[in-house]
Amino acid sequence: MTVNVLMPALSPTMEQGKLAKWLKSEGDAVKAGDVIAEIETDKATMEVEAVDEGVLARILVPGGTENVAVNTPIAVIAEEGEEVSDAAAPAPAPAQGDGAAAPSKAEAETIAPQSPAPVSAVSPPSAAQKAAPEVPEGTAMVSMTMREALRDAMAEEMRRDPTVFVIGEEVAEYQGAYKVTQGLLQEFGAKRVVDTPITEYGFAGVGVGAAFAGLRPIVEFMTFNFSMQAIDHIVNSAAKTLYMSGGQIRCPIVFRGPNGAAARVAAQHSQDYTAWYSQVPGLIVISPSNASDAKGLLKAAIRNDNPVVFLENEILYGKTSEVPALEDFVLPIGKARIARLGKDVTLVSFSIGMTYALHAAEELAKEGIEVEVIDLRTLRPMDTATIIESVKKTGRCVAIEEGWPQCGVSAEIAMRVQQEAFDYLDAPVLRVTGKDTPMPYAANLEKLALPSVSEVVAAAKAVLYRS
Amino acid sequence: MVEKSGGATNAPTVPPFTREQDLTAFREMLLIRRFEEKAGQLYGMGVVGGFCHLYIGQEAVVVGVKMAAQDGDQFTTSYRDHGHMLASGMDPKGVMAELAGKRGGYSKGKGGSMHMFSREKNFYGGHGIVGAPAPIGAGVAFANAYRGDGRVSLTFFGEGASNQGQVYEAFNMAALWKLPVVFIVENNRYAMGTEISRASAQIDFSKRGDAFAIPGKQIDGMDVRIVKAAADEAIDWCRKGNGPYLIEAQTYRYRGHSMSDPAKYRSKEEVQKMREEHDPIEQVRARLIANGVSEDELKKIDANVRKTVSEAADFAMADKEPDPSELWTDVLA
Ligand SMILES: Cc1ncc(C[n+]2csc(CCOP(=O)(O)OP(=O)(O)O)c2C)c(N)n1
Ligand SMILES: [Mg+2]
Repeated sequence: MTVNVLMPALSPTMEQGKLAKWLKSEGDAVKAGDVIAEIETDKATMEVEAVDEGVLARILVPGGTENVAVNTPIAVIAEEGEEVSDAAAPAPAPAQGDGAAAPSKAEAETIAPQSPAPVSAVSPPSAAQKAAPEVPEGTAMVSMTMREALRDAMAEEMRRDPTVFVIGEEVAEYQGAYKVTQGLLQEFGAKRVVDTPITEYGFAGVGVGAAFAGLRPIVEFMTFNFSMQAIDHIVNSAAKTLYMSGGQIRCPIVFRGPNGAAARVAAQHSQDYTAWYSQVPGLIVISPSNASDAKGLLKAAIRNDNPVVFLENEILYGKTSEVPALEDFVLPIGKARIARLGKDVTLVSFSIGMTYALHAAEELAKEGIEVEVIDLRTLRPMDTATIIESVKKTGRCVAIEEGWPQCGVSAEIAMRVQQEAFDYLDAPVLRVTGKDTPMPYAANLEKLALPSVSEVVAAAKAVLYRS
Repeated sequence: MVEKSGGATNAPTVPPFTREQDLTAFREMLLIRRFEEKAGQLYGMGVVGGFCHLYIGQEAVVVGVKMAAQDGDQFTTSYRDHGHMLASGMDPKGVMAELAGKRGGYSKGKGGSMHMFSREKNFYGGHGIVGAPAPIGAGVAFANAYRGDGRVSLTFFGEGASNQGQVYEAFNMAALWKLPVVFIVENNRYAMGTEISRASAQIDFSKRGDAFAIPGKQIDGMDVRIVKAAADEAIDWCRKGNGPYLIEAQTYRYRGHSMSDPAKYRSKEEVQKMREEHDPIEQVRARLIANGVSEDELKKIDANVRKTVSEAADFAMADKEPDPSELWTDVLA
């Protein structure tokens, strides 16, 4: 009996990887547990172990192949002495040459609107990019992932200001649980890149104390789910002290890490905290959707004299987009970005919500509907003026977020629009949100629990009274 | 009040197991080992998703404690929970189906690997938040004391979790109110990529209850007999109404922290050495062989265990995803 060795999924969000090299050759005997190949994902190099005993009869995907989709057969293991005919070898070869992987099952099962397009769907279209005053005309751009952009932002600020340091679980020696702090320990040393015990309440408080005393901590939460252990210090100590001290004690600190759902990590690891933190006076809350905004806003956050909650997204970490090649690229906090110009309906979102919004805009464009898409980028203070200006033009608005509906960011947007642009509205403001349930684990339920492009399209049509 | 048994290197006289006890331990540990190997395989195939933390290498801890427990005693643990569920007597089919996110899983597919529960088997989770089991387990003990039903709450968490503040809040309350809870620290030497000495000022975890006068014992958690003996003593202490007890079981995980951990923070030789010299299952196998049990008999046990596990995997793969309406159920009672 022959057994196919499949390209393994090595993390919740892995869709494809590079088959770096084979450690066994065709004809070699293998036993369960033997390392037979190495695979590189965007995060790490991993080993593939044989799960059965036999002979490595055929290698179907040669070492060095990029973008091998999860579940692609990569080799055949046969029983000792067994002949493996060509017919016995499974047919589907991975997509090669053009570097585009066939969409995998895992991909289809994660976030519905993800597309394997090489350029991230949430990267700003060039028109808006040109219009943006924050990037001078003619600036050269470099492609990078959001993960790299965040790392560069921290590294640049650490070079610029010796009081900036990073503290959190696995940030130093492990190079970050999601590899966002890669290389920082090597450049800045253990004094400024500090691994902590698993003790969020404690190290968040330590960060606040250090900030009171004049340092500029960047506190990484492995994910924001674990910031719930520490929320007392974020809210009671960091956010309120300037006020309580009559303006004497500043707290220049950044709390950052991935927020919201990843893929199949269930209820305790999937919560979106945007609405929670954006409710708190004394905090600044930022949540970027692309590498450029991530870099420019994280640098601004580190320089800001207030506590900043900086909400990233695991699924966006690996997405590539264009970042201005400027020596010191800092974006203004509190300023939304018009990601797409249109006159018929305004979609407002942020972070991964922008993926749904921009895909929906594409779909609607096919039907002749011109959608304006606003990326809030900063949730607190919220750039109401940009939303209102757009709604005055379109008369229709849909807000989109992955978080829960009650008291959500979209609820706040709807309130502001009805208050400041009531007379311009041609339809009630609608919203598309994560469902009002804890995040289920099962693949089909998780998909249902998250917003979808079709829900956004339907909401946009509803406010346009079209079907 | 702290007793030290000296860990793996300086083994004290070990309370012997009968042949029957060794056979039970062998079967139970092997079931966990084979189940976990299969779970890892299914993860690679995309049948299991999300985070999946395997218990391979640590089997003697939960099996030893289970062998000391009585019916009705409760188990609470973290996300590295498959072994604890199997030891609690939960059906491997239901556990595997939950790992696969199917309707026949213990949480109807809604909890996944890290979040499973069984009221019937007195298994209280399955918690994804590091440190959470300590006060929850103390709370289960609070209910036991409240009812005066003589049950003991068996509460497991990692040595990394032992640095969370809530663990000490739980210790203080448990000692203050004399709650019948055994805290079992599974010290597998790493919390993700962090080796114990890089995260803990006091790496003798059995001393972590000293400030609350909780008796603590550090033991070789790779020897199921030693675990069973320590658990006997601890459970007896609790059942007599003396309050909590702390066991630090020194153990080791062979696999990465989760499926996505390249485990670059330790050497292959270190893992290999543990496997070869301290494997909990091999220890029992060697003893059984020395006591005249035939290779054939052990192979038969392995074949039965494999069958149970592959039936669980078949069930999980054939089972349906939850009905879409399940998204909305169980939000409130
Ligand atoms: C509050 C919290 N912080 C961080 C994490 C991420 N995390 C999951 S497991 C883990 C390591 C725990 O190590 P340990 O307690 O030793 O248990 P082990 O994994 O070794 O069984 C970390 C940091 C989490 N789940 N919850
Ligand atoms: Mg550990």
